[in-house]
Amino acid sequence: MKESTVPANVEKNVPDTREETRTLTPPVDIFETEKGLVVVADLPGVDKEDIDVNVEKNVLTLKARPKQRLTDGLARQEYALLPFFRQFQLSETVDQSGISAEMKYGVLTIHLPKVKEQQPRKIDVAVTQ
Amino acid sequence: MATYYWEPLAGFEVLRREMDRLFEQFEPAGPGYRRAAFLPGVSARTYPLINLSEDADNVLVEALAPGLDPDSIEVTVIRDQLRIAGEKAAINPDIKPEAYHRSERGAGRFTRVIPLPAEVDGDKVTAEYKNGLLLLTLPKRAEAKPKQIEVKVS
Repeated sequence: MKESTVPANVEKNVPDTREETRTLTPPVDIFETEKGLVVVADLPGVDKEDIDVNVEKNVLTLKARPKQRLTDGLARQEYALLPFFRQFQLSETVDQSGISAEMKYGVLTIHLPKVKEQQPRKIDVAVTQ
Repeated sequence: MATYYWEPLAGFEVLRREMDRLFEQFEPAGPGYRRAAFLPGVSARTYPLINLSEDADNVLVEALAPGLDPDSIEVTVIRDQLRIAGEKAAINPDIKPEAYHRSERGAGRFTRVIPLPAEVDGDKVTAEYKNGLLLLTLPKRAEAKPKQIEVKVS
């Protein structure tokens, strides 16, 4: 029988679950345009520097650390900001080198362009009489 | 002498009546008007969510409202009532509904009235909209400020 105290073989590249155990799931809109997909996420209280958008193995990871101005001694509290975290599986049709993101009024917009072959092409039909 | 029987299900009936009574207070015009409107109107939603703190001179309110058009934000104060109104704009009205994979953020007009713990001076209120959080600093009126009373020890 195998010794049970030997640590189990842990799969590599699995995120450490002890980090950021409590996170918020930001609400997102995802829609498709001719050029690709657009992901829009509400990230209130987050500075541009505190956003971490990264793509690894076809997984889009969105992390952000919000800053709240009022924290202590609240007379009335309806929300508490925690680090934001959300992941999406991307398809092969996303051009991963062309991903861009912008932040405005606490809303993050990520543009995921399609690879060139997937974009619709307008084909001119030459008419010969 | 009255005789009581133990009826285990009678407790549920009592509970149901108590719950009905509890919810009666949320029907302002009585049961006849309950279904007059399907949608309750913009001010019935609790949006934006707020955090409120208070010190001797100011009331501070932080509202969680990402993605507002800064020009649409309206903040008004009457005595100890704060009203926040505005509009969270749709990203792009040209996008067809069938192009959406997910739609969780929502959009639309809102208004919310918040009772403040003290009367504030409406002329000196400052509002700052940063990173989707609206921070309001509402100075209290002189009459509303707490007065420190010295305790003499004899």
